[in-house]
Amino acid sequence: MIGLIAIGVAAGVVAGLLGVGGGVLFVPGLVLFVGLSQHQAEATSLLAIVPVALVGTIRQDRYGNVMRADALRLGLLSLAGAALGVALANALSGAVLRDAFAALLIVVAGQLAYRTLRPAREPPRRGRLRGGSDRLD
Amino acid sequence: MLAGRSARLAAIGTLAGLFSGLFGVGGGAVMVPLLVIWLGYEAHAATATSLAAIPFVAAFAAGVQALYGNVRVLDAALVGVPAVVGVLLGTALAQRLQGRALSLMFALVLVASAVELVAQ
Repeated sequence: MIGLIAIGVAAGVVAGLLGVGGGVLFVPGLVLFVGLSQHQAEATSLLAIVPVALVGTIRQDRYGNVMRADALRLGLLSLAGAALGVALANALSGAVLRDAFAALLIVVAGQLAYRTLRPAREPPRRGRLRGGSDRLD
Repeated sequence: MLAGRSARLAAIGTLAGLFSGLFGVGGGAVMVPLLVIWLGYEAHAATATSLAAIPFVAAFAAGVQALYGNVRVLDAALVGVPAVVGVLLGTALAQRLQGRALSLMFALVLVASAVELVAQ
């Protein structure tokens, strides 16, 4: 129980500090420190994300940053994909899912390193608005 | 143009949902860059709007996972509720700390976790 709370607080601090999403931290924490299977850890992470994202949303909404109509549409339009994603996860073996997740961690680590190391003033590329995302969930 | 916008939102939502359901994460890593690139969102608005969509995605995906018997509700509460406190602490700290070395150190922690997962 102490372990679970420690994972929650530690993941939360890192998420708030570095702008990395909670799930990327919950899943390995639950597998490596609590001993859940990859499937259980992913499922449990999904539920654990809900309060974190809700509180973050309320804060961001106060700053006027949330485009409410788009957020609602995005949320509702994602449900079919989410069901499919869960079905896909459950069709895969724990080992394959775990390896895929490990690959995801490497990508997130790469993004984080790139964001940290790139020059502060990057010229716009081909006139597009790019990157600079503060929080990856 | 409006139809185009709806189609783009639907595409972003579907991709984010797939990603979220498959990996047990919120899907912000998919939504934020696509909102910026496809809908011209400014970074803060993209982050905030993606965050607001996540409770829908994550709660629904967790519900589907529950049908497979994979969700540990008590564990989720014990991790998720303290995490709220952690995030508030982390965002407050972020105002005071220069995160460069910290970010790189943490990138290494992620890589180590990946290796540990695969080596298990």
